[in-house]
Amino acid sequence: MNTIALRISDFLKNHPPFSMLQTEQLLAISQAVEVHYIEKGQIVFETETPVKDQFYIVKDGAIGLYRNNHSNLVDECDEGDIFGLRALMRQGTYQLSAMAMEESILYSISANLLTEYITVNQKASTFLLQTFVSNSNFNTTDSFIDGAIKNAADMPDFNEELSASYSKNPIHCSPETSIQEAAKTMTLKRVGSIIITQNKKPIGIITDKDLRVKIATGTVSIDKPVTEIMSAPVITYPKNISVAEAQIAMLQHKITHLCITEDGSNQSELKGVLSEHDIIVVRENNASVLVKEIKRANTTKELQLIIQKTQQLLNRYIAQELPIRYITSINSAIINSLTNKIIEFAISKMVTAPPVPFAWLAIGSQGRQEQLLLTDQDNCLVFEDVSPELHQQTQDYFLLLAKEITIQLNQVGFEFCPANMMGSNPKWCLSVSQWQAQFKRWITKPDQDNLMLCTIFFDFERVYGDSDMVDQLSDSIFKSIDSYEIFLNYLGLNALQNPPPLSFFRNFLVEDSGEHKDQFDIKARAIMPLVDAARLLILSKEIKAHNSTIARYTKLAELEPQNSDLYFACIEAFKNLLYFRTQQGLLHEDSGRYINLQTLSKANKLELKSAFKAVKAIQELIQVRFKLSQLM
Amino acid sequence: MSWFKKRIYPEYWQAYEAHFKQATNNHINSVRFVVFDTETTGLDIKEDRILSIGNVAILNNSIHVIDQLECYLKQDLFKAETVKIHGLLKEGSLKKISEEEAIILFLAHIKDAVLVAHHAAFDVAIINKALRRLGLPKLKNKVLDTGVLFQKTKLDTSKMHFSLDSLSERFNIPQHDRHTASGDAYITALLFLKIIPILKQSNKNLDLKDLLRSNQRIGLL
Repeated sequence: MNTIALRISDFLKNHPPFSMLQTEQLLAISQAVEVHYIEKGQIVFETETPVKDQFYIVKDGAIGLYRNNHSNLVDECDEGDIFGLRALMRQGTYQLSAMAMEESILYSISANLLTEYITVNQKASTFLLQTFVSNSNFNTTDSFIDGAIKNAADMPDFNEELSASYSKNPIHCSPETSIQEAAKTMTLKRVGSIIITQNKKPIGIITDKDLRVKIATGTVSIDKPVTEIMSAPVITYPKNISVAEAQIAMLQHKITHLCITEDGSNQSELKGVLSEHDIIVVRENNASVLVKEIKRANTTKELQLIIQKTQQLLNRYIAQELPIRYITSINSAIINSLTNKIIEFAISKMVTAPPVPFAWLAIGSQGRQEQLLLTDQDNCLVFEDVSPELHQQTQDYFLLLAKEITIQLNQVGFEFCPANMMGSNPKWCLSVSQWQAQFKRWITKPDQDNLMLCTIFFDFERVYGDSDMVDQLSDSIFKSIDSYEIFLNYLGLNALQNPPPLSFFRNFLVEDSGEHKDQFDIKARAIMPLVDAARLLILSKEIKAHNSTIARYTKLAELEPQNSDLYFACIEAFKNLLYFRTQQGLLHEDSGRYINLQTLSKANKLELKSAFKAVKAIQELIQVRFKLSQLM
Repeated sequence: MSWFKKRIYPEYWQAYEAHFKQATNNHINSVRFVVFDTETTGLDIKEDRILSIGNVAILNNSIHVIDQLECYLKQDLFKAETVKIHGLLKEGSLKKISEEEAIILFLAHIKDAVLVAHHAAFDVAIINKALRRLGLPKLKNKVLDTGVLFQKTKLDTSKMHFSLDSLSERFNIPQHDRHTASGDAYITALLFLKIIPILKQSNKNLDLKDLLRSNQRIGLL
């Protein structure tokens, strides 16, 4: 009997990765813990000193991790945080130093226990890998896997139990094939992956990504054999793998392709390849049913039901950890066709047909296709220029139409915008030239209000109507910015207004007043900074038709390969945050914007923490690029 | 002549004694401390009996949880009034061993370590009493008292004795498993770890001798 070890395991069991271990494993580790008392200001380890054969968990207190002689605080670890692990894996010397920021009690665990109990546990080691990445500059992993795996299993979904349909004739080549030949085959067959087989058994895989990362960068020459760059071993499954299983496998292994073999092992004959895309196709069938229902609907009542079904579908998708970009685009597709239907209803209710062509635009998060929950409606209307004497009556017509549209949207579940940013507001129901003049005014007079309007209206997306007019609007924005470039600096300053918190340690940033005291505003502090940064950077490149934040960063990564790591990190962070907000929103049946920090698990905190790092990095880039430090 | 003949002690005592042949090491970072606590049927050394013993070792300023001992003793003496303190029932579900078995385990665990306890005099005395019942000499280990060590810090000179409760509160040590031998040993070990750096502040070369020096003598010097 060991009361002390029991007490230590009581503490550890509440903190990942220990929470993922079995009781006996946890007790074995707890028995071998060493307990350290560290005074404030005392050093736990110093940079450049040899790595000790152990890692640490903070029991009480706080430990700061520093670069360069305790001057540059890189991370703060508080209760339940792990540190010194990366150094342990890497060996050699410590790259950071650890110093107690207040008196602390630490538990240390030796390296052999780590390998004996923790790294053999798949969930625990996945978690540790994640901590790793989250402690590094950027998080590049897909996250929240844990809950998803748990939920996916008991979520009913008529599609889930079905066997996934995979490509039965996978493109493959021998290990001796040159990379160039393999790439030619892939291009010829229009596939994104090729399996390397030996005696019909799959031994490795090359995907588009490998070609991008290892070949296009010049790391490996194209005349080398495919074995140089293939990922091996491949993850194999038997033919009857279900959609849910396949999805979980991909999430777990962080891969996009599974090999299907005769007996499910990598020692039997290759039968097919199952790609992430194959799964998406199955998923989208689900969504496409809803879109078809919308097309057939005749009343708002029917649309209301479809909205409810959409919410259910999204809940499932979220719980099953589908890639966020698919969820958002599916959701946008449904909402767009629903809005189209409502506009058709509204037009048919009007006494006359629209006098001139018009377009209905979604703005803000709807315009960026980033809406996951039922939020307020944000929209505006643009109509073709008419002669001055006809203007008033034309606007009146569209105002009436817009009013009908917004009322019906409200009926199916989209609340009216409290700030009245809707097409039914005379301010936001204008002709093309009026919009252009308005944009120009905002750009040349970038005060606080106008900048705010820019951040909402510049993210517009055509939902219904004439696309030429919409193009004209985009063009006019770039034209105005070109003639008044300092606007971008102002927009940049605006984008930096909300620096992210460093971490969730006791000095976390919370809203200091009002209803949401003690809660964290995930929208203002983490999501919007990423959205604002993406908009600014993409505007400065004069690129249109990239409205979603993910699409914007993807485009930026393409345009600036030297910064692609950062942009990809922003994409990951953004996805995670959006997921997180949606999960919180579904959980508490609200917008998910304000998060109660007390309810966050350690794993959630780590996720958010790594997102903050990306926000910080992109804000630094903006500050330098737009020379904002002089303006601040 | 038999009364001149050196008494032959059991093997376990000989093994224990053998540890003391080496010269004592005075460096705090390399000496092995064993922090311990006993739960007893009462505070009368002559009459009362040990109900449980909890040990945990400190090496190089850290508590080595694996280097510990926790045992519960079978005793004929039972006092209902102290049950409310230590919670040990006469016929509890815990596995109990005889006093001799407990002493064997205890000696094997402490070896030549420096013993640390809060108000150590009582715990040492009650162990010595048990040793005597087995026909054995007293403990040979050096002993430190965290109560006395706290006096050395001169943080609070208002009284001579401070309870483990009041010190753990002062030093922010959570009182888990208070009044179990192991729980109290662990609290005392944390207390010890926290007091040492304070003593080091006024004496950079603090060693074992400084810790062992009686407080009264310092007053006379």
